[in-house]
Amino acid sequence: MADHPQEKKLELLTFRVAEQEYSLDIMSVREIRGWTRATPMPHAPSYMRGVINLRGTVLPVMDLALRLNLPSQEANARNVIIVVTLNGSLTGLLVDAVSDIVAMAVDDLHAPPDMATDPHMAVVRALTVINDRMIRVLDLAAVIPNRSDVAA
Amino acid sequence: MSDPIDPMAEIRASFFVECEELLEALQDGLTELENGDGDPETINVVFRAVHSIKGGAGAFGLEPLVRFAHRYETVLEEVRAHRLAPVGDAIRLFFEAADHLSDLVRACRDDLPTPEASSDALLAELDALLADPEPEETKPVDSPPLGVAIDLPDLDPVEEPKVAAPLPVPPDNMALPFPHWLIRFRPESELYKTGNEPLLLLRQLAQLGECHVDCDITALPALTDLKPEQPYLNWTIQLDGGLDEADIRDVFEFVDGLCDLQIDRVDGPENLPPPGSAAPTLAPKIVDLPRAAPSPPATEVPLATVPHHPDRIDEPHKSSTGATAKSVVRVDLERIERLVNLIGELVINQAMLAQSLDSVDLSPHSDAMNGLEEFQRLTRDIQDSVIMIRAQPVKPLFQRMSRIVREASSAVGKEVRLITEGETTEIDKTVIERLTDPLTHMIRNAIDHGFEDAPTRQAAGKPSEGQLRLSAAHRSGRVVIEVSDDGGGINRARVHQIAVEKGLIPVEAVLSDSEIDNLLFLPGLSTAAKSTDLSGRGVGMDVVRTAIQALGGRISIASEQGKGTAFTLSLPLTLAVLDGMVINVAGETLVLPLNVVIESLSLSHDDVQMLRPGAFLVRVRGDFVPLYDLGAMLGYRAARTDYNQSNALLISLDDDTRAALLIDGIEDQRQVVIKGLDDSFYRAPGIAAATILGDGQIALIIDPGDIIAGSTCPRSTDPGLPEKRARYG
Repeated sequence: MADHPQEKKLELLTFRVAEQEYSLDIMSVREIRGWTRATPMPHAPSYMRGVINLRGTVLPVMDLALRLNLPSQEANARNVIIVVTLNGSLTGLLVDAVSDIVAMAVDDLHAPPDMATDPHMAVVRALTVINDRMIRVLDLAAVIPNRSDVAA
Repeated sequence: MSDPIDPMAEIRASFFVECEELLEALQDGLTELENGDGDPETINVVFRAVHSIKGGAGAFGLEPLVRFAHRYETVLEEVRAHRLAPVGDAIRLFFEAADHLSDLVRACRDDLPTPEASSDALLAELDALLADPEPEETKPVDSPPLGVAIDLPDLDPVEEPKVAAPLPVPPDNMALPFPHWLIRFRPESELYKTGNEPLLLLRQLAQLGECHVDCDITALPALTDLKPEQPYLNWTIQLDGGLDEADIRDVFEFVDGLCDLQIDRVDGPENLPPPGSAAPTLAPKIVDLPRAAPSPPATEVPLATVPHHPDRIDEPHKSSTGATAKSVVRVDLERIERLVNLIGELVINQAMLAQSLDSVDLSPHSDAMNGLEEFQRLTRDIQDSVIMIRAQPVKPLFQRMSRIVREASSAVGKEVRLITEGETTEIDKTVIERLTDPLTHMIRNAIDHGFEDAPTRQAAGKPSEGQLRLSAAHRSGRVVIEVSDDGGGINRARVHQIAVEKGLIPVEAVLSDSEIDNLLFLPGLSTAAKSTDLSGRGVGMDVVRTAIQALGGRISIASEQGKGTAFTLSLPLTLAVLDGMVINVAGETLVLPLNVVIESLSLSHDDVQMLRPGAFLVRVRGDFVPLYDLGAMLGYRAARTDYNQSNALLISLDDDTRAALLIDGIEDQRQVVIKGLDDSFYRAPGIAAATILGDGQIALIIDPGDIIAGSTCPRSTDPGLPEKRARYG
C-alpha cells in the first residue's frame, strides 16, 4: 500500500554551496572528486574555474556558487568537484561539500513559485523538504550553459 | 545489456572490412590493367576480388550485391580468357563497375537502399561488351562444357611425357567412362594450417557430378613416426568428363597455392599409361614416385608446364606468392584510442613518480633511480609504437581520389589521367580521414579550373590528356602531399581583377605573384568564368585551407603560367602528439607548437618601439616585427610596461607572418600528448587544445595564428583571474 508500483522514485545528491542546500538527480552524477587546482581558461566567464585532469581527459570545472550568483567561498581541502554528465559531455561543478543521498518519490517534489526575473537564473527545477529543510533541485541543463546560448 | 556483441553482426562487420580490402585490390588491379601491365596474374587478382565479394555477399544474403558482382565477374572472365581486351571503353567501364560495386557494398553495409537503376544501366553496358562472342558464354556457370572446351589434344603432347605418364592412375575397374577429368590433389601443410579441410573439398567435387576418389596412404609412416602436423595423404579423383574445368577449379579456389593440384582431361585409354602400372601395384608405385614425397623438383613439374598452356593462365600457383601479404590484425580504432590515452596516463604517472623520488633525495645511481630511467625509456618507446599503430598508408585515400578524378573529368568532358606517387606513405588515421574533403575539393578545382580544354592544350603543344599528379612523402618529420596539374597555371591578371571587383584588395594594390596566388585562399574568390556543377559554388580554397590548418597543417601554392599549378600540403604525422615548447606566462604553463618557433629573443629596452599606444614592435636584425604580450592577450595579467630583460619568442606562421610573443620563460621542449578541449559551452580564443604535464596539471596549447588574428579586436583583461588566483593559489 505504501509502495504503489506506479510511483516514481528518484534519488537526490544533496550538497552545500555558499551555506545553501542544493541537490541534483543522482543519475546525472558520475563521480565526486577532491579539489585540485584548475588551469584557468583565458577570457572565460568568471564562473568558469578552468580545466582539470580527470584521468587523462580534460574536464571543465565551473564554480557553482559564482554561477548561481552566490558569494564564492574560500577554497579549502573539503571542497569537492561533482562530475556530472549532460548530453554526453562531462562537467565538473565546484561545491563546498557533499551532504547526503536521499531517496524520495517524484510526487514529493514541488515546482518552485514563478518568481524568476532573469530566465538565465531559473536554475531551480523543483523544491522539496527533507527533515524540515528546504532543498532546491537544480536543473542541470539550465546550470550548464550551452555555447549557442552564451553567444546569443 | 549483458553482451552487446552479436556474433553474427561481428562476422558481418568483418566481411565488410574485408570487402574494403578487396575493393582496394580491385582498384589496384584495374589500374595495372589500364597501364598495360602484361602480368597475367593481374586479371586474376581482379577476378578473385569480385568473386570473393560475391561469395561473402551470398553468405549474408545480400542479393543486389551478388547479382551485380556475378555479372561483373562474368565479363571479367572474358578478359581472363583473352576474349576481351581490357582497353579503352572496356577498362573505363570496369572502373565504373568497381566504383558501383563499392557503392553497393557500402549501401549493404549501412542498410541503405541499393541503387538498382544505375546497377541495371551499368550491367546493360557490361553485357554489351559480351555481345560479340557466342552468346551462351555470357552464362558460363550454367553453360554446357562445350563452350569452354579446352584444346586438350594440343596440350597433351606437351604434358604427356612430362607429367601424366609417371603419375599413378586409378585401377580401370573403378574408372569412370572416358572422357573424364583426372584430378590429383596433394595438400601441403599450409592447407591444414589455414583451416581448410580436404574432405569438404571432396564432398563439393562429388556434388558436381559422378566422382571416384582414391586416397593414397602409402606416404603415411608408422604411427610412432607420425608427425601430426605433416601432410601425408594425397588423392586421385576421377570426375565426370562433362563438367566444366572452371567449375572444378572453383572448388579449389580457396586452397590456391596451398596444395599441389593437377587437373587433366583424359579422353580415352590411349592417354593412360599401360594398365600394368595401375590397380594391383598402385600403392607401392606411388612411393617410388617423386610426387609422393614433398620434394621441390617434383612440385615444380606441373607448374613448369603452365606457360605452354594458353588456356591455363589462371593456374593458381602465382596467387600464393602474390597473396602472401604481410599478416595484419584488424583492431577497432577505439581500442587504440584507449591505449593512447592509457599511455598518456602512464607518461604522467611516471613523471609524478620521478618527482616524488626526487624529493626523497636518492643517489642518482641507486636501483630506484636506474629503474626509473629505464621506465622512462620504455614509456617513450611504447608511446612511439602506439603512434605507429595509428599510422596508415595514404593509399585508400588516393584510391578514393582516383574515383573523384574519373567522375569529375567525365562531368566536364576533359581527359585527365591521375598519377599517384608514394601511396605507402603512412600518416595518422585521423589525419587521413580528415583529408578526404579538402583533397576532393582541390582535385575537383584542378580539373574544373586547372586544366584547359583539349583544343587549347593541343594548341599549346601539350598532350590533350591532362596529367594530375598526387604524391605523398615524408619530409623532416611531416607528411607532404602535393596535388599538381599540368594545366594553364593561375591566371594572375584575372585573379587580381576579381579580387579588386569583390573589394578584397584595393584597386591600386601592387602584388607579387605569390601574393596574388595566395589570394585564392581568400573567402569568396572564384576565378571560374562560369560557375559549374563541379566547383565554384561558393565553397572555395579558403575552406580547404581552414581544414588543413585545423589538422595542424600548412598549404602553399606554386604556379607557372602555361605549365601548371601545384598545391603542397604539409601535415603533422599525428594528431596525438605535438612537439611543443613549454613556456611560462604569468605563472601559467603553456605549450607553443615548436614548428612555429624560429628563435628566442632576449629583449633590452632599446629593442622595443611603440607603434601607437598599445601596439609595439620589436627590432629583429633590421626588421620590425609586431610584439604581442602573451600574458596580457590571454588575460592573465596587465600588459607589461617595461620590456627590459624580458624574453620573447620569434614565430613564423604558414603565411610567413612573423611575430614576437612576449613570455616570462622557457621551461622545456618536449613532445606532449594532445587532449581535445570540450568546447561545448566555452571556446577560449587563442587556445587550440590542452595537454597534461608531468605533475598532472593541465597546460593549454596555444594556437599562435588565432592569437595574432585575434589581436586586432581589443580584449579586456579578465579581472577574475588574479582574484581567483589570490584565493585558490
